Amino acid sequence: MEYILTIIIFFPALAAVMGFVVDKNSIRAYGILVVVVEFLISVYMWYLFDNSDAGIQFAEFIPIVSQYGISYNIGIDGISLFLVLMTTFMTMIAVIGLTEKKDIKNLILTVLFLEMTMIGVFVALDAILFYLFWELSLVPMLYIVGAWGGKLRIYASVKFFLYTFTGSLLMLVGMLYLAYVYFQFTGNWSFNLMDWDMLIVPYHLQLWLFVAFFAGFAIKVPMVPFHTWLPYAHGQAPTIGSTILAAVLLKMGTYGFVRFSLPLFPDASVAFMIPMAILALIAIIYTAMVAYAQEDIKQVVAYSSVSHMGVIILGIFAINTEGIGGALFLMISHGVVSGALFMLVGVLYDKRGTKMMSEFGGLAKTMPIFAVIFGVMLMASVGLPLTIGFVGEFLSLLGFFVVSPTITIIAGLTIVLGAVYMLVLYKKTFFGPITNPINEKLQDIKGRELFALAPLVMIVIFLGVYPKPILEPVNNTVKQLVQKMYIKASEPTTKSKIAKYNTIGEKIQ
Amino acid sequence: MIQPISISFEQLNVLTILPMIVTIFGALTILTIDLITDKLHKSFYVMMTIMFLMIDLAVVLTYSNDTRGFFDLMLVDGISLLAQAIILVGSALFVLLALSQSRFHEYRYPEYFALFLFMVAGFQFMVSSDSLILIFVGIETSSMAIYTIIAMHNRSKSIEAAIKYFTLGALATAFFAFGSMVLYGVSGTVELGKMAEVFVSSGFANYPYILIGTVFIVAALGFKLTLVPFHIWAPDVYEGSSAALAGFISIVPKIAGFVVALRFFEIFILVENTFVYYLLYFIIVATMTVPNMIALVQTDIKRMLAYSSISHAGFALVAVLVGTTRATEGLFLYWILFLFTNLGAFAILWVHRRKKDKKFGDGHPFEKFAGLVKTSPITASIMGLFMLSLAGVPPFSLFWGKMYLIGATISADELVLAIIMALNSAIAVYYYLKLIVFMFLKDKVEDTNIVVMGNANTTLKSVIGISAIITTVSVLFIDPLLEFIGYYVGISGF
Repeated sequence: MEYILTIIIFFPALAAVMGFVVDKNSIRAYGILVVVVEFLISVYMWYLFDNSDAGIQFAEFIPIVSQYGISYNIGIDGISLFLVLMTTFMTMIAVIGLTEKKDIKNLILTVLFLEMTMIGVFVALDAILFYLFWELSLVPMLYIVGAWGGKLRIYASVKFFLYTFTGSLLMLVGMLYLAYVYFQFTGNWSFNLMDWDMLIVPYHLQLWLFVAFFAGFAIKVPMVPFHTWLPYAHGQAPTIGSTILAAVLLKMGTYGFVRFSLPLFPDASVAFMIPMAILALIAIIYTAMVAYAQEDIKQVVAYSSVSHMGVIILGIFAINTEGIGGALFLMISHGVVSGALFMLVGVLYDKRGTKMMSEFGGLAKTMPIFAVIFGVMLMASVGLPLTIGFVGEFLSLLGFFVVSPTITIIAGLTIVLGAVYMLVLYKKTFFGPITNPINEKLQDIKGRELFALAPLVMIVIFLGVYPKPILEPVNNTVKQLVQKMYIKASEPTTKSKIAKYNTIGEKIQ
Repeated sequence: MIQPISISFEQLNVLTILPMIVTIFGALTILTIDLITDKLHKSFYVMMTIMFLMIDLAVVLTYSNDTRGFFDLMLVDGISLLAQAIILVGSALFVLLALSQSRFHEYRYPEYFALFLFMVAGFQFMVSSDSLILIFVGIETSSMAIYTIIAMHNRSKSIEAAIKYFTLGALATAFFAFGSMVLYGVSGTVELGKMAEVFVSSGFANYPYILIGTVFIVAALGFKLTLVPFHIWAPDVYEGSSAALAGFISIVPKIAGFVVALRFFEIFILVENTFVYYLLYFIIVATMTVPNMIALVQTDIKRMLAYSSISHAGFALVAVLVGTTRATEGLFLYWILFLFTNLGAFAILWVHRRKKDKKFGDGHPFEKFAGLVKTSPITASIMGLFMLSLAGVPPFSLFWGKMYLIGATISADELVLAIIMALNSAIAVYYYLKLIVFMFLKDKVEDTNIVVMGNANTTLKSVIGISAIITTVSVLFIDPLLEFIGYYVGISGF
């Protein structure tokens, strides 16, 4: 299976093109079939994946613009493997749980195109190819939010598009500049990440290039103060849009930091450690407080996403195996959990046509199964031990503790603050007497919705108890990444810092 | 007594004007046929024109290196051949748009097609010379023809547009003549190559006069290339022309202008003249930014596209300022990709043109396309594709042009300019998105009776289809295209 990655990338898109022929009454079955097959192929790839190999696997290389060093260069390692799996899994769950009625054919085909671009981002090893998928992912999302969203959908979708597009263009300038630097050093043009990894960029250039890439990634994550597009996009998007946006699209930004910023600019990454951590800290605390003040359940989940993304950033910029590995694990777990939460909110919205907490209350009586699933997801989101949310959050914080105990302790408040707003939400929605008589007639979830949500609960608990299947390959690759940073660091202070922060586990040689 | 001048025929190297002879011969043939019979359908003339353009293209592609002729008056070098090829392909595609479903006034006259071929010949002369006199003649030939072609659309707005264009065009011509005169006075030659030598060897003596001449030429070229602040005529002219012609004006005359600009500014860029550098820098930044801002608030798609084309011209002109081989390649790559995308976009407006539309008249307001995805998903998708390409979203064609040009700018250590280019692309994306939002996300305006693709037939659909396919699969042929461009740019030494 030499071309398995190409198959995984383009199968959904090809299926989407063929799907134009399928009648709109049968499109749902067709869509489900495609995403299930896609998921199975990705699981098969996981089966073929060699856990002990920390390098790139299933690599493919075809030149596109040979004179300018642009190529179709893809491959997968421990960092991207689970992001791809999470993408295919969450897309599958989202499509199975889809309840939208309007223009269902266009919606499903758009989601399939979106799946192609998301996977493309995670497996691209050529900067321009990465950028290509990165930008292309905006278009289906624009359509999903703009066509199936709420009242402010057009404003929300255009804001989302403009914000991310602007940031990415600065990133493109950074990429082109880095290619030029590579050209100056070697006399060849290349956008190949493997080639760029060989390059030691001078310190002052690293700082500027880090900022250029930061513009692209930080808006996508989103980091405070670039997060203002997110509440709108989430608030207005249809359920499937929010699910995919929270589960996968946000991870592109943090993935970008791990894939590009850390190995390419090790000195700058270490230099920006504390500023990044402070931005992350502001995100964690500020958005947690904003989340507490929300009336709309979906907005609470949206703001909690920003808060958790802050923890991920904190973990990444701990620059040690625990921190980065934990951040990667948190990306997966946050993808599953926030995706699930958005779907659960979607279920409520389908039943009642509102997402306001004040409209609900006492739902645990009428919808016990739903309340249990919501409770499990909520606990995972808060980071209760033995759920999936705990592992990543703990490791990220542990990683950063070596760097700065103060910041870590403040960031640890996220668990407390998270518990506050989430439990208040749970109390207002599920407990107490039923104040609104309409709620008494609500039916518990069953059939399709249950079928979509049950696997999520199982994963949340299973990986919470036994995270090793993910942590092991992730750690292998991350170790190699940190080592690479250590070797490439041009400033002596950077070297000593990286060595110092990697004291929890094994020492870097 | 004056010595009789004896010139042998070989000395002239007539081959250098063979491409122009083909177009002029074609125009004369059309006129002659018109004299003999007036019963022929427009499709006959369209195909005649295309046939001559294709023969011409074949002739152009047979040249393989720099050729001079007519005592160095003609200079058929790589960029000239490349520009001629773009002009011919663009013209051929444009002429095909004349085969519209509805019947329009101008196509009833065979003279229209004759004029068109004369215009093409004018552009070809413009790009194949480095003598200011011949460039002047080329500009005039083509401009005179184009004024008439616009007016032949026979709407009150078209006549207004033609007169506006003519008046300002005449002013620009005067500027060009005056600028050439001053430069001739200083250097004693009208050939740009020799002029550069004179300037350098004399250490830019009479510097103020050189600058005066340069400023006049910049103003004249500014009119032709719609550079800010000489762009004010453009949106009105675009609006007055038919959508097809507006697409043509936004592409073909400009590539001719770019070549002249490349040849002219090379004199100053090579010696790193600061005055011309900053003048050009200012003009380029203004040309990219100002029309972008104005395009944001347009309510008519054609005007929006008009302003966007101006901005694109500014973007491409960066190559002239940067002046490296890589940038010149980027300019041609950009313009070839822009040709198909922009022509496709204007062609879609053209096929939605109705002769008697009570609500929208001749215009193309955004509301006309509202909810198009419901009535015609394919048309909406193709238009969306062109908009995304113009906005520079990968992997659609114009992204590669943009990337290459920004890359070339960065390689020339013009980082600030590169960032300005990137930010302008970000601004521009808003107005392209606006059309996508109308087509895909908004509902149809009540009580409108829009015939989707009412003006289309198989030929027009094919033109749009070809443009759409080229826009989509561009990633596959960027490499050979760059090689092709690189060869021609390489032999001319730019």
